[in-house]
Amino acid sequence: MRRRVWILVLAAPVIVAAVLLVSGARGLAASAGQAQASNVEVKIDNFSFGPATLTVAAGTTVTWTNRDDIPHTVVSDDKVFKSKVLDTDEKFSFTFTKPGTYGYFCSIHPKMTGKVVVE
Amino acid sequence: MTKNVKDEILHDHNADGIDRRGFLKCMAWAGTGALCVMQGGVLKSYSLSRPADLGGSAAAAGELSFVQISDSHMGFNKPANPDVAGTLKAAVDKINGLSAAPEFLLHTGDISHLSKPEEFDTVDQILKATGTEVFFVPGEHDVLNDDGAQFRERYGKGAKGAGWYSFEKKGVHFIGLVNVMNLKAGGLGTLGHEQLEWLEDDVKHLKSSTPIVVFAHIPLWTVYPDWGWGTEDSAQALAYLKKFGSVTVLNGHIHQTMQKVEGNVTFHTAASTAFPQPQPGKADSPGPMKVPAEQLRSVLGITDVNYVRGQHALAVVDSSLA
Repeated sequence: MRRRVWILVLAAPVIVAAVLLVSGARGLAASAGQAQASNVEVKIDNFSFGPATLTVAAGTTVTWTNRDDIPHTVVSDDKVFKSKVLDTDEKFSFTFTKPGTYGYFCSIHPKMTGKVVVE
Repeated sequence: MTKNVKDEILHDHNADGIDRRGFLKCMAWAGTGALCVMQGGVLKSYSLSRPADLGGSAAAAGELSFVQISDSHMGFNKPANPDVAGTLKAAVDKINGLSAAPEFLLHTGDISHLSKPEEFDTVDQILKATGTEVFFVPGEHDVLNDDGAQFRERYGKGAKGAGWYSFEKKGVHFIGLVNVMNLKAGGLGTLGHEQLEWLEDDVKHLKSSTPIVVFAHIPLWTVYPDWGWGTEDSAQALAYLKKFGSVTVLNGHIHQTMQKVEGNVTFHTAASTAFPQPQPGKADSPGPMKVPAEQLRSVLGITDVNYVRGQHALAVVDSSLA
């Protein structure tokens, strides 16, 4: 009985430290997410979206920039967003307020597909 | 006409179906223009870079001669070709220099680069110098932002749906199809149910001996699906054309010449007048291919097509702008 109490006493600081670590890590993750939340870039290069899958926090604005010599578009599969045609170096932004998975593609070159996951 | 002229591509698909050697030779020609001459089941391709070879040949003797041009991309100004107006004018010079003046032109789309009114205006102005009627089908670059409303207003009066139509010239039935609308994520070109129904109805009354020429922007055969070079429902369209002894399919989009023969159907893609694109899978993406400036015109071109009554395939001649 006495021995068990000892273990608990010894374990307590470890548990506290672990809890602190976990919450600290959470705090870091949250602040990183918030940093992303302001604005995230997707590059359109060589007929592909990079990154093809992007995970962001709700409230994030994603900006696509066309780096190709050929125009592209950014069109949501479910018609949630749709850019005008983007010539070289032109940009399109959309702010994702609701969590979910948003598939999108280039309506001119439909083999070009991408995904934004909003958490 | 049977003289084996250098650069002449002859496909005798009455005799043995697919002329593999001819096909490969045609592949090697990537980027030149073509003249198509329809003659008794033999589809012939001649190099238009050697128009002198055509004088007095079957091409010149054809009853119906027309020229296909494609992918003028007016408005494009990147290093692959900073002067697309200049190369389109060179194509017009080539057309005007043909020994047999074509009765009309087919433009298989991507007239403009960004669907801007001034881009269409420039092309119209340059093509006027041919003094010839031009029939258009849209490329995906011609229907940006407005679902093709401007294209139909300019070129599609009297056309059905998204701009498809047919017409007769000297016993040949021409069908212009639209496969660049409502493209789906991950997919290829699409004709769609409404257009397919129209096509079935359009050809129903025709005799099977009627030569058919189908023209559309994206290839109606699967050239390279990874780059979207094909049409989802083209098999259905071709099924409606099965009864015909001679079907010639003319496409653009891939900015290089390519040819394939499948039974009674001859598929042909034309060169661009603006810039070349890489061979399928030979680059990371199908983006414009930069070649040394002095080589550019050798990889651009026009296509001349000729039909001779009583012979059921067209002769197709690719010719570079060099």
